[in-house]
Amino acid sequence: MGVNSVRRSIAQVELSKGQKAVLKTLVYHTFVALIGLGMIYPILWMLSASLKENADIWSNVDSLIPREIHLENYANGWKGFGDQSFATFYKNSFIYAGFGTLFQVTASAIVAYGFARVQFTGKRFWFALMLTSMMLPTQITQIPQYILFNELGWVNTFYPLLIPRLGGAPFFIFMIVQFIRGIPTELDEAAMIDGCTKGGIFFRIILPQLKPAVITAAIFSFYWTWDDFMTPLIYLNKPELYTVSVALRAFADPSSATDWGAIFAMSILSLLPVFIIIIFFQRYLVEGIATSGLKG
Amino acid sequence: MAETTISVTGSEAGIQKKPRSLFWRRRSRFQHNNLVGYLFISPWLMGFLLFALLPIVSSLVLSFTNYDVLRHHILKADWDYIGFDNFHRMFYDDFRYWKSVKATLRYVSYAVPLRLIFALAVAMLLNTKRRGVYLYRAAYYAPSVVGGSVAVAVMWRQIFGQEDGLINAILGVDIAWFGDPRYAMWTLISLAVWQFGSPMLIFLAGLRQIPPEYYEAAAIDGANAFQRFRKITLPLLTPIIFFNLVMQTIHGFQQFTQAFIVTGGRPLDRTLLYPLYVYNRAFVSFQMGYASAMSWVLLIVIAFCTAIVFATSRYWVYYQSDER
Repeated sequence: MGVNSVRRSIAQVELSKGQKAVLKTLVYHTFVALIGLGMIYPILWMLSASLKENADIWSNVDSLIPREIHLENYANGWKGFGDQSFATFYKNSFIYAGFGTLFQVTASAIVAYGFARVQFTGKRFWFALMLTSMMLPTQITQIPQYILFNELGWVNTFYPLLIPRLGGAPFFIFMIVQFIRGIPTELDEAAMIDGCTKGGIFFRIILPQLKPAVITAAIFSFYWTWDDFMTPLIYLNKPELYTVSVALRAFADPSSATDWGAIFAMSILSLLPVFIIIIFFQRYLVEGIATSGLKG
Repeated sequence: MAETTISVTGSEAGIQKKPRSLFWRRRSRFQHNNLVGYLFISPWLMGFLLFALLPIVSSLVLSFTNYDVLRHHILKADWDYIGFDNFHRMFYDDFRYWKSVKATLRYVSYAVPLRLIFALAVAMLLNTKRRGVYLYRAAYYAPSVVGGSVAVAVMWRQIFGQEDGLINAILGVDIAWFGDPRYAMWTLISLAVWQFGSPMLIFLAGLRQIPPEYYEAAAIDGANAFQRFRKITLPLLTPIIFFNLVMQTIHGFQQFTQAFIVTGGRPLDRTLLYPLYVYNRAFVSFQMGYASAMSWVLLIVIAFCTAIVFATSRYWVYYQSDER
């Protein structure tokens, strides 16, 4: 009896262990999926509100499923306000994010090469200074920059938004420096022996290998510029110059806004470029972060 | 560190193979590289001098003046130096200033720790090889992708704002989120905590680096889950916690867009975050001298916080390489 009962209990333990694992997996997935759903609930809610009839948004507030689909919210929202349609705002945003990214990333790659591969006096000092400058609050430079650009008559132009980007950005420079340091120096040296200049090495050897780092930097740069609100808010004060972010804020002004379906439709639309880029370039994003972001 | 290693190995290779060409290269490096180096970093250097250093110095000068962008002309230098008047006014007369300081400290001291706790907890939850975990990672990261946008800030304002808003409906309460001084800040804190995605990804990368043998050994020694967390995970993650803490604190002090759109400082300046007040002074009432003084105080506070974290870090940051 003793032996049998022991055997039986062992069998029971083993069985319940298997069940336990299944149960554990089940509990894990339920728990994590539920919280995950909670995390994206507000985004889904906004998507659903962009398709709802105006009255439906607030009366049927906790439902994700619209009573009727109202795609005309998007058409209504696109018309914009004050003689300007969202076509103008998108054009402005693409000017800012497109040129801004191009300038910032190109400059960052050039500067990064200087820091990573060229020996010169004072390099350590400038590099340390650059890293420190990342910690500077934007407020400290913003006011004198505004005064400067105001004196130049550049308020209500894109220059104050784009010109500072010709200097690159410390974060991207650092990221690309880390990436270049991972590229073996043998090729550089071979090219140097063959009489290639530093500039030649940069364009012929380093630049082609920088693709993943540059694409990662470009994604982040585009995404942050697209989302940037404060700089266009300060410098672009005419509706015909508004970027999408500034326009959206004016469009959703709580004292005058009524057509919430249209506002949420334009909100969803404003998130689209970022989503598309992240989905398309996801591979580079993960690679870029893995090779350069964290191993410094 | 890495740059010295690269150059050392480079010259060592040269010594072994071609000592003469090394000599030649050394000389040519010595002659040309300063020019080439500064040429390559010149975009950043000029940008730094023109758009960072010059503004920092000017804003220090401005903070001792009564400069008003509408009344004064910068080239005519027709403003007055008023000594420490801006700072005196800020600390002793401007009650809104102290309200904004209080609001900012409250915001940072809730939002940053909460965000990091959520980030770490979720990272540990997702640090598994189970199927479909990448889907969860995407879902948890999604709010951070969209979080900085005006679209989400507008949405956040509306789901809290309406009397029959979403949050009240879900919680089954009837709170005037923006009217009640006790609750208004929580609209901003919750928005910040919701976006724990990027520290989460960084924690996740850190957790992956911890060798599983440590946990196996601890489990054999009979350590329970909490002990394993306290004695293995936490100490090994301290460098990453440190990094996240510094970055998030610096970010926290600079939060503008969300405060500007979601609360706009309402009610009774309870959510008037510091950058919002600087903006109001500089770009709404155009008192740029006063605003510069305010931004210098912010710079000092941020530098001070960073310094404290760095200075104390050796007591609580554990680097694995220390032991070797």
